[in-house]
Amino acid sequence: MSQSHRIAGGQIERSKTLRFHFDGLPYQGHPGDTLASALLANGVQLMGRSFKYHRPRGPLSAGSEEPNALVELRTGGRQEPNTRATVAELYDGLEAKSQNRWPSLRFDAMGINDRLSTFFAAGFYYKTFMWPKSFWEKLYEPIIRRAAGLGSVSREEDPDEYEKGFLHCDLLVIGAGPAGLMAALTAGRAGARVVLADEDFRMGGRLNAETFAVGGKLGADWAAGVLAELSTLPNVRLMVRTTVIGAFDHGIYGAVERVSDHLAVPMAGKPRQVLWRIYSKRAILAAGATERPIAFENNDRPGIMLAGSLRAYANRWGVKAGERVAVFTNNDDGLRTAADLKAKGLEVVAVIDSRDGDEVIDTKGKLGLKSVTIRDSAGRTRTIGVDALGVSGGWNPNVNVHSHHRSRPVWNEEIAGFVPGADGPTGLLVAGAAAGGLSTHAALAQGQAQAIAALTDLGKTAKADSLPEAEDAPVRVTPLWHVHHGKGRAWIDQQNDVTVKDVKLAHQENFSSVEHLKRYTTLGMATDQGKTGNVIGLAVMAELTGRSIPETGTTIYRPPYTPVAMGTLAGRSRGTEFKPTRLTPSHHWAVEQGAFFVEVGMWLRTQWVPKSGETEWRQSVDREVLATRKSVGICDVTTLGKIDIQGTDAGAFLDKVYANTFSTVPVGKCRYGLVLREDGMVFDDGTTARMGENEYVMTTTTANAVTVFRHLEFCRQCLWPDMDVQLISTTEAWAQFSVAGPNARKLLEKVVDQDISDAAFPYMGAGNITVGGLRARLFRISFSGELAYEIAVPTRYGDALLREMLAKGAEFDPVVYGTEALGVMRIEKGHVAGGELNGQSTALNMGLGKMVSKKKDSIGMVLSQREGMVEENGYRLVGVKPVNPAAKLVAGSHFLEIGAAPVAANDGGWLTSKVYSPHLGCDIALGYLKGGDKKIGTRMRAVNLVGGLDTEVEIISPHMFDPEGERLRG
Amino acid sequence: MRYSGFRVIKEALTGHKGWKPVWHDPTPQADYDYIIVGGGGHGLATAYYLAKEFGQARIAVLEKGYLGGGNVGRNTTIIRSNYLLDGNEPFYEFSLKLWEGLEQDFNYNAMVSQRGIINLIHTDAQRDAFTRRANAMIMHGADAEILSREDVRKLYPWLNFDNSRFPIKGAIAQRRGGTVRHDAVAWGYARGADMRGVDLIQNCEVTGMRIENGRILGVETNRGFIGAKKVGVAVAGSSSKVMAHAGMRLPIESHVLQAFVSEGLKPLIDGVMTFGAGHFYVSQSDKGGLVFGGDIDGYNSYAQRGNLPVIEDVAEGGMALMPAIGRVRLLRAWGGIMDMSMDGSPIIDKTHVEGLYFNGGWCYGGFKATPASGWCFAHLLAKDEPHKTATAYRFDRFLKGRMIDEKGQGATPNLH
Amino acid sequence: MIIHHPILGPRDAQEFVYLGDESLIDRPDGMTAGIEAFHDYAYNRDNPAGAHRELWYHEQGDRSWLVVTRNTVTHEITKVELARDVARAKGRTK
Repeated sequence: MSQSHRIAGGQIERSKTLRFHFDGLPYQGHPGDTLASALLANGVQLMGRSFKYHRPRGPLSAGSEEPNALVELRTGGRQEPNTRATVAELYDGLEAKSQNRWPSLRFDAMGINDRLSTFFAAGFYYKTFMWPKSFWEKLYEPIIRRAAGLGSVSREEDPDEYEKGFLHCDLLVIGAGPAGLMAALTAGRAGARVVLADEDFRMGGRLNAETFAVGGKLGADWAAGVLAELSTLPNVRLMVRTTVIGAFDHGIYGAVERVSDHLAVPMAGKPRQVLWRIYSKRAILAAGATERPIAFENNDRPGIMLAGSLRAYANRWGVKAGERVAVFTNNDDGLRTAADLKAKGLEVVAVIDSRDGDEVIDTKGKLGLKSVTIRDSAGRTRTIGVDALGVSGGWNPNVNVHSHHRSRPVWNEEIAGFVPGADGPTGLLVAGAAAGGLSTHAALAQGQAQAIAALTDLGKTAKADSLPEAEDAPVRVTPLWHVHHGKGRAWIDQQNDVTVKDVKLAHQENFSSVEHLKRYTTLGMATDQGKTGNVIGLAVMAELTGRSIPETGTTIYRPPYTPVAMGTLAGRSRGTEFKPTRLTPSHHWAVEQGAFFVEVGMWLRTQWVPKSGETEWRQSVDREVLATRKSVGICDVTTLGKIDIQGTDAGAFLDKVYANTFSTVPVGKCRYGLVLREDGMVFDDGTTARMGENEYVMTTTTANAVTVFRHLEFCRQCLWPDMDVQLISTTEAWAQFSVAGPNARKLLEKVVDQDISDAAFPYMGAGNITVGGLRARLFRISFSGELAYEIAVPTRYGDALLREMLAKGAEFDPVVYGTEALGVMRIEKGHVAGGELNGQSTALNMGLGKMVSKKKDSIGMVLSQREGMVEENGYRLVGVKPVNPAAKLVAGSHFLEIGAAPVAANDGGWLTSKVYSPHLGCDIALGYLKGGDKKIGTRMRAVNLVGGLDTEVEIISPHMFDPEGERLRG
Repeated sequence: MRYSGFRVIKEALTGHKGWKPVWHDPTPQADYDYIIVGGGGHGLATAYYLAKEFGQARIAVLEKGYLGGGNVGRNTTIIRSNYLLDGNEPFYEFSLKLWEGLEQDFNYNAMVSQRGIINLIHTDAQRDAFTRRANAMIMHGADAEILSREDVRKLYPWLNFDNSRFPIKGAIAQRRGGTVRHDAVAWGYARGADMRGVDLIQNCEVTGMRIENGRILGVETNRGFIGAKKVGVAVAGSSSKVMAHAGMRLPIESHVLQAFVSEGLKPLIDGVMTFGAGHFYVSQSDKGGLVFGGDIDGYNSYAQRGNLPVIEDVAEGGMALMPAIGRVRLLRAWGGIMDMSMDGSPIIDKTHVEGLYFNGGWCYGGFKATPASGWCFAHLLAKDEPHKTATAYRFDRFLKGRMIDEKGQGATPNLH
Repeated sequence: MIIHHPILGPRDAQEFVYLGDESLIDRPDGMTAGIEAFHDYAYNRDNPAGAHRELWYHEQGDRSWLVVTRNTVTHEITKVELARDVARAKGRTK
């Protein structure tokens, strides 16, 4: 079978043949074809099945409004469900399958639904399937779920790439039909920066589908001429295959460019699609209009199409949708179809014009139209054999984008359609058919006028060149929404199988408001979003309620204009590129050692560094802890937030943002501090050093580095704007290592240039030093409880410093430890971190209540004193160890008294963090326990109900290792 | 009329002529015992339970638009009771139990479907926090499990396990969680309330409150003054606007939350899933669309529409978790106005005006709360004391420092 | 959205972090005001449907805190000021 329905003419490249498959059968088409036009050219009308009744369907349209001809395009990871055959560009080797049918498109077992349709009336499922109760999930719903849905997902990863782009322009023109072309030309000639975007792969809009003249030549040729001129203008960007999907705030539009969808696979280095964010000063919506059908019995058969689409297939694609054709119309545009088809040599056997009182009342033909039954004005009926029927119920302006800011369209009697209303997106003008100007002349004139208006608004001048001559015929539509006849079904929303009967039922049950109608019947909720059906459904409801259409209302459209691939919206942010990865200065060294890494926010930190022979992570971590406490360990702590704070008010400023006092810290010393939120909860903690009279270095936790800095800027700019204080984040500027253990000083002495003896650099000392002449910072602070320092050098020397410390300190057998060992040592010491700094805890909860100074005003001080936050029996931080050292603990376990039932009333708190302590030889944990400060030394249970663990524990001081802190000062 | 399978068959065979209106459109009476402002899910549920469970009469629901047109009509339909804190968990578990018997109770199939919810774990800290939560849930009588990475892989082998920035390490699961057909909830409550004599008055906007000597007398509306002994306000994103009529400033900001649905697909995702390393959660409706969402846009808004960055952020989360949905198309986006409270938890409380009661601050979690919210608000209205599961939902918790802050974000509503 | 930064010109709102009502500038003095005043400051909001003066932080930019006057119904922005100037105009010093 070779293109049996191909006729002369059209904008296809006949010299090239493209081969493709549909449901496994081979076909041929040409460049310029869509999948739908090529299938029609091959005599294939049947392309899909409807959602609910599984009715056989062919294309209703020739564009993006298509409800019926949905296919699964491509295979494997590139399989695309629900692709509209009417916009899928044909390429050599295309493979498509029909969907939502079993076992085949022609013989679909689920077609039984059609015979049982009376049981499947709108909303029937709300009234049944309730008994017995357990059957919903077990029986009814699984059947419904399997039957529902349209196309399928292959579950393989999409191999194609997606990209995002940003454009700026004076004027965005949406749609390249006559109005859009004229607008772009007018603005382009005036020198404005113009972006002209069109969803089609050929610009020109309806002109490509029509035979009438513009400016004395064929409309399509006029369009080609304008495009040729526009392409020479450097200030104009033509974006073909680009759908403007939505109007967002302040002149920002989203657009999807289908870069590679017309190819079998994207060209090397090219994305499949690009999501553009277009920043426009003004925009013109010239999106044209969409034809709507008329509802009559069995108006959904393959071969029944919108009249303008039937004409488009003939004129643009050189395809006859049938041999014997009829046209059913309520307006003059339908007559054009009849005339054009005749001119193309098709046999037009009937023109049924409802304005003359003639109507199509029924059709026959299961898998394809065979006949239509016509009732004339005298009530006589006749049936004539046809294999295609064009239907025109008038045209709906494509107001969609204009209503994206919830502007309600208004009813226009003359064209019997909704046109854009007031309060559309600021800066968005509308021209041409989208504004209700349905003639070619109106489109050209409005396109030009709106471009001039937009440019004038921007203070630019644009010339009104004389308009090309074009038809200016009125549509002369006499609304006919549905044919009153018989008891059969007349479709309104073809994809979702919503019929006139369903609207009647909705009315009968008082789902009469538009929103109730939509939600109850699912009208307009299908993949086409009701582009052809919504207005008919509304009109039928208006008839039933006796109200006018505008009184009945309208549903507004929401973005996107047409559905958008998730991959496109995500762009490059997927897989390991989902978020940026921040590497620590020691990362490369750690990779060389075969270290394991852990995600900490955006950072990758070394988790542990295995030595050969170690097979379990605990072996490595235990060794790192023991070696550190025995001699010396080094840990990369660069990820901690670092903020330089300078100015004559720096100390006073810190007194405001810290709960404790920093203005009294001597130069050259550090102090541990707590930052509260204004609600009195602990926000962050860390050590801040006074490097000079007016110079502090603040550290934050890794997690809060960004938010603490933001908070500090808020305090500085908004609360105390006259304080002399400046901030800069230096997190990325300094590589910082903790060097901890009895030999920490001895190791450091081998690399630093200064005297760091206990006398010269005492506990909590801080200062600027040098390392082999290189500027560095040294802080004698400890998270591990050991004699410890943090040493910082400019980031690019971090790797070298680590290697130098390991080399020069080799005699101390230094170990590099990761976050796991860090966690073990801080928990052994009872220092709070992530699990305790949970945003729900006060200083009092942490056993640090005394740090909140009442002698000065600081953020959070007042609200931390609220009654619910200072309760005697509130949560207090405790240490926990199992009574039986071999017993396990699990973080997240809850405290219960011995013998107490595991119910909420007995809930004593929970274990916040848990590790294995190689020093204590057992699991240990920190926890928040109600009244915990009074329970030290008692026994309770730590119960993990989800893990079946119930462990008797001893409540101990959180300072579980070296409680006197003797090692710190060593 | 009672709905049943028998009735559906009978009507089908007789041309569906017997179906009656699910509700009427009564003219407002001069006064009522109870006026519920807001005909969304919470307001309708309140009226239903006031009539059915608390035996009250002379009740009206005033809705400025159409019934069920609030957030009950535009949400991601998830039900669950996987809360952590004592102030919340009993309430949400009560709600889940009401969901479990709801359809039989109001004789309407709202498609309550307990296909389970999992919240993925990507870090050890998340596992610790979810373990704490799971234990708290069980101690409150709810169900919870901790799943391993391999457990998750068995459920959804096509998630991104091997090439991800934040690997999946497990999940917390609540098998009784699931989804409900959201519109049907509003309609079921509305029908049940209507059948019990509640006046459901649509297109009736409250424009003022008549308050004398500290007591409410009724509300001014675009359809005139309507008197009431007690007025309960349940208007979600419009809370600040309506309560301003009583001179109140609330611990609430209104924010827009976008949600999304994809084109219909054959079954892909059975239950509900949340990504733990980005803003993305998803389920699949019975019709086949993936229903998903993410974070709020993050700025005060009453516009019922959002912007592109959040749409992209949600899609990024979706693609990071499910690389197989690259060619699945997002069909529709919508925005709802959320009553974001200062600690992320709701308020069901009396006010300083005698006879005026408030229900709000649901953030983006109001849908799952609908039955219990209605029940507890009805309890408060009828008995003037809070229901035992809602005792913590008081205005004065902020003054007293008894916040119910599940996320630990403090008084910054857009972070909850 | 686009915010016209008083120093840097038009910038995509995505570069900013939102905080909330401008009233967050009006922090009481902790040495004189009590819990009630701080409670009202920290928790209660006008939350208007209409013009809203609100704080945005140019995190991926120059770190300015801005007071943006924006309509919460239309999202139209009518004024953008440096928060520091607003704070000073309100009489805040150090």
